[in-house]
Amino acid sequence: MQAKPLTLKIFDLASVIVVGIATYLALVFAPTELVMGDVQRIFYFHIGTAWTALLGFLLASGFSVTYLITKNLKWDRLQVAAIEVSLVFFFITIVLGSIWARPVWNTWWTWDPRLTTAAITELIYIAYFMLRQGIEDPERRARFGAVYALLGGLSAPITFFAIRLFRTIHPVVIGGSNPEAEGGFAMTADMRVALFFALFAFTVLFIDLFWNRVRLGELQDKVEQLKLKVSL
Amino acid sequence: MFFYETTPDTSGYMMAGYLIAFLVMGLYVASLYLRQRNLKQDLAMLEELDDTTAKEAKRRQSQ
Repeated sequence: MQAKPLTLKIFDLASVIVVGIATYLALVFAPTELVMGDVQRIFYFHIGTAWTALLGFLLASGFSVTYLITKNLKWDRLQVAAIEVSLVFFFITIVLGSIWARPVWNTWWTWDPRLTTAAITELIYIAYFMLRQGIEDPERRARFGAVYALLGGLSAPITFFAIRLFRTIHPVVIGGSNPEAEGGFAMTADMRVALFFALFAFTVLFIDLFWNRVRLGELQDKVEQLKLKVSL
Repeated sequence: MFFYETTPDTSGYMMAGYLIAFLVMGLYVASLYLRQRNLKQDLAMLEELDDTTAKEAKRRQSQ
């Protein structure tokens, strides 16, 4: 395996710095929301991780299409990396949402359309890795994975639009309002700064982790090929 | 909580949230590092095995 490129090392460092700044902005710079108190600060990381995760799932669908057209395993590696990192980020989104909901909605979890679609999305992609684990042949695994990820990709826009299409208590903070929402709030200018920086920070972190995961996939493939060669 | 007249103290939930977020991210980074380290060890071992097999095959051919 080739040594880590300098650009990736810079990205590693940059992601630590920008996530640190995003944490400072969320915890110190942004004002305390008067009705919910400090728990509202969870919102910055909740949206940041959700944004990158849903984008990653869509990206993986794009890689699936490219794999199905080209049959080049490189696209399969990219797809797996995008889904794995997105799965981690989306898990954080769900956990943060649940922690926020406890004092605001007085419950850790409710089967609201947004929460349900989010949980289904997470489960779909956990099942994606279970499916891949069960297939030995790399080409067959990549083909099945690509079709599955392509169909699974539909869950990302459904989750995103769930609060805009269905009756839900989940607030719509950006680009709309929901009369039935509980826990909505008006963002001040400082809150916007913290939010947009969190979006930027998590995008940088996503790119960094994605790139590292792609390199891991390359190494996995190399080991797999060598194992086959030695066993022959 | 919306009937409170003063801002409620929900900082415990906030801290728990950020702690879990960083813990999950840290665990994922650690898993990437460990998997990479194990694969590098596997690769080194397999390359050694491959070399030995190739040398043995050459020796048998020359005999």
